[in-house]
Amino acid sequence: MTISIDPQKTNNEGLQPKGWLRYFSFSLDHKVIGIQYLVCGFLFYLIGGTLASAIRIELASPMSDFMPRDVYNQVLTLHGTIMIFLWIVPVVNGAFGNYLIPFYVGARDMAFPRLNAVAFWLIPPSGLMLVASYFVEGAAQAGWTAYPPLSITTPQSGQIIWILSVLLLGGSSIFGGINFIATIIKLRRPGLKLMQLPMYCWAMLGTSLLVVLSTPVLAGTLILLSFDIIANTGFFNPVLGGNVVVYQHLFWFYSHPAVYIMVLPAFGLVSEILPVHARKPLFGYTTMVFSIMGIVVLGLVVWAHHMFTSGTPPWMRLFFTIATAFIAVPTGIKFFNWVATLWGGKISINSAMLFSCGFIINFVFGGITGVALAQVPFDIHVHDTYFVVAHFHYIVYGGTVFIIFSSIYHWFPKVTGKMLNEKLGILHFIITFIGFNLCFAPQHWLGLNGMPRRVAEYDPQFQFVNQISSLGALLMAISTIPFLINVFLSVRKGKDAGDNPWNALTPEWLTSSPPPVENWEGEAPLVEEPYGYGKEISELK
Amino acid sequence: MTTLDSSKEIKKNNSEVNETHEDFRMFGLITFLIADGMTFAGFFAAYLTYKAVNPLPDGALYELELPIPTLNTILLLVSSATFHKAGKALLKDKNSDSQKWLFFTAFLGIIFLICQLFEYFHLPFGLTDNLFASTFYALTGFHGLHVTLGTLMILIIAWQSRINGGRLTSQNMFPLEAVELYWHFVDGIWVVLFIILYLL
Repeated sequence: MTISIDPQKTNNEGLQPKGWLRYFSFSLDHKVIGIQYLVCGFLFYLIGGTLASAIRIELASPMSDFMPRDVYNQVLTLHGTIMIFLWIVPVVNGAFGNYLIPFYVGARDMAFPRLNAVAFWLIPPSGLMLVASYFVEGAAQAGWTAYPPLSITTPQSGQIIWILSVLLLGGSSIFGGINFIATIIKLRRPGLKLMQLPMYCWAMLGTSLLVVLSTPVLAGTLILLSFDIIANTGFFNPVLGGNVVVYQHLFWFYSHPAVYIMVLPAFGLVSEILPVHARKPLFGYTTMVFSIMGIVVLGLVVWAHHMFTSGTPPWMRLFFTIATAFIAVPTGIKFFNWVATLWGGKISINSAMLFSCGFIINFVFGGITGVALAQVPFDIHVHDTYFVVAHFHYIVYGGTVFIIFSSIYHWFPKVTGKMLNEKLGILHFIITFIGFNLCFAPQHWLGLNGMPRRVAEYDPQFQFVNQISSLGALLMAISTIPFLINVFLSVRKGKDAGDNPWNALTPEWLTSSPPPVENWEGEAPLVEEPYGYGKEISELK
Repeated sequence: MTTLDSSKEIKKNNSEVNETHEDFRMFGLITFLIADGMTFAGFFAAYLTYKAVNPLPDGALYELELPIPTLNTILLLVSSATFHKAGKALLKDKNSDSQKWLFFTAFLGIIFLICQLFEYFHLPFGLTDNLFASTFYALTGFHGLHVTLGTLMILIIAWQSRINGGRLTSQNMFPLEAVELYWHFVDGIWVVLFIILYLL
């Protein structure tokens, strides 16, 4: 059975508000929803960043003098939850996915536009609910992992609101994942083969598979946890005969893939940005595709490396160490492919390129500490110390957030039709890069020397290094200012970008900037070589 | 070096695209059911782990009675068949037959839920008694929730398959097919649940 799209019918002109108002409406346009995701995510990033600053201010001195200890626990829980579930996951999947995937597959919209809008509109209420829980009886205190029995014994209302909020965000994530899978597999323009898709499509396909397979397990686990909290059952409560390790297994079955849900789309985005600004084809397209799928499969079977200190039996440690070490292979392939893409290219040093290169540098550092953490003896030594915090932030901030900024610099001209100011962009990059490394590199040392994470007070001998780290955090906070100034100035009076300021070949650049409601005036272009840079025009199909 | 000109080349060389696409609503539903199945998989994994590593205290062991769940299994399997009958009838434009089969399927679903509640009220353990009891109620309750939603959806499409003015016709089979797939899924989950919870 086929469904014919009647342009008169799908074009919701008259029904949908125009201008800026459409960003506050239940719009079905994938581009509007993408921007909604991005701006909403960025607002939560500012909240999460404020919380991070509060943490670093507290840790500038060894005593808990800036805020009470239970407030510190709430702040670190909210920081983690907001940054993961309301900033990274929605932005790197929802925002860029919604904006770019329909262009890349040559469609006029996502496969299920209404589901798409529902998925977005679940986010603001659940995010506000999460933030508001602080003002009820205090927010959740058990960290973003919500390990029982801690999450059972801390005040109930905050924890229950946290669970509700994460369940809603998980639902949003699943709806988005279903939509991306259907769009990429089923909505491709006739004649466009899977192996001709831009790399970001593959990344989103892999990510969405992980979302669909693992998020429901987290939902089920949190439902059981909420029973433990409000109905006095004993699933995860050792006092009532329950088993806390089962929670950890189920939680990490989602939350390890969640790391790939956060970083695989960034892999895809950097694979789009590098070829454009290095004027070279993406190196090793096929190996990239297989690496992504390899990471998806391996990503599902490595979760217990988070639990080496939870009394895991030796065979389990062995299996998960080996499986985790194997992930370094596809990841390494991707890393070398990016470097090879840059190799001998005609590189333009602009903000997008700088942030992408920053990503490669930070990511290889985070990757190396990741391989180290997979080794049981080392992991037991640094478990729950600042080493883990440093590793995680190198992947998720140094990796994904750098790519989010890189992507904003890269696609801003497409979205608004205006260029961002390059000088402010480069200033933004320099402050972010220095601030980030100043903040998180010393934390490796802190962790190796035994400073535990998630504790408001620490041994005074760590004070100096912590202050360096806090200084870095201050720089990171400052780095947001040139970025925000840049965006506000450029939206109003930026230089006109034209349709294709980067001379890029991927489909989104082959329409006007900003694109019309249904993406193309006529038919969707068939782009068989999205990375055909540096070739003669006659060689292009 | 490629320039903008090349992209214009690409822009021009397509002309045969028609603005239709296949119906992938079913594909989306299947993806959703896989996700839903993973929730159950998580519950089953938790249950089996508890069974393996968390022995119950003495005196808490209880052999589940089999007659009611066996009856329930038969009810659901029969209801899958009657649902299939409803689809076949609708395909032949026999709307009233289809509606009868749908109401019968919903009736079987309701009987299933009543039997389930009857079993709950006659079990010697409550939700918070021990780990087995909690997991038992969580699994059967979560499945019962699915049956409840399914029964409601069947009643809705039964109403929609009425002869005059109903949305459901042999040309518009999707609502029926979607609910049917969901119902088969819920039945399948029950069979797995029956084997793991009652027979193992």
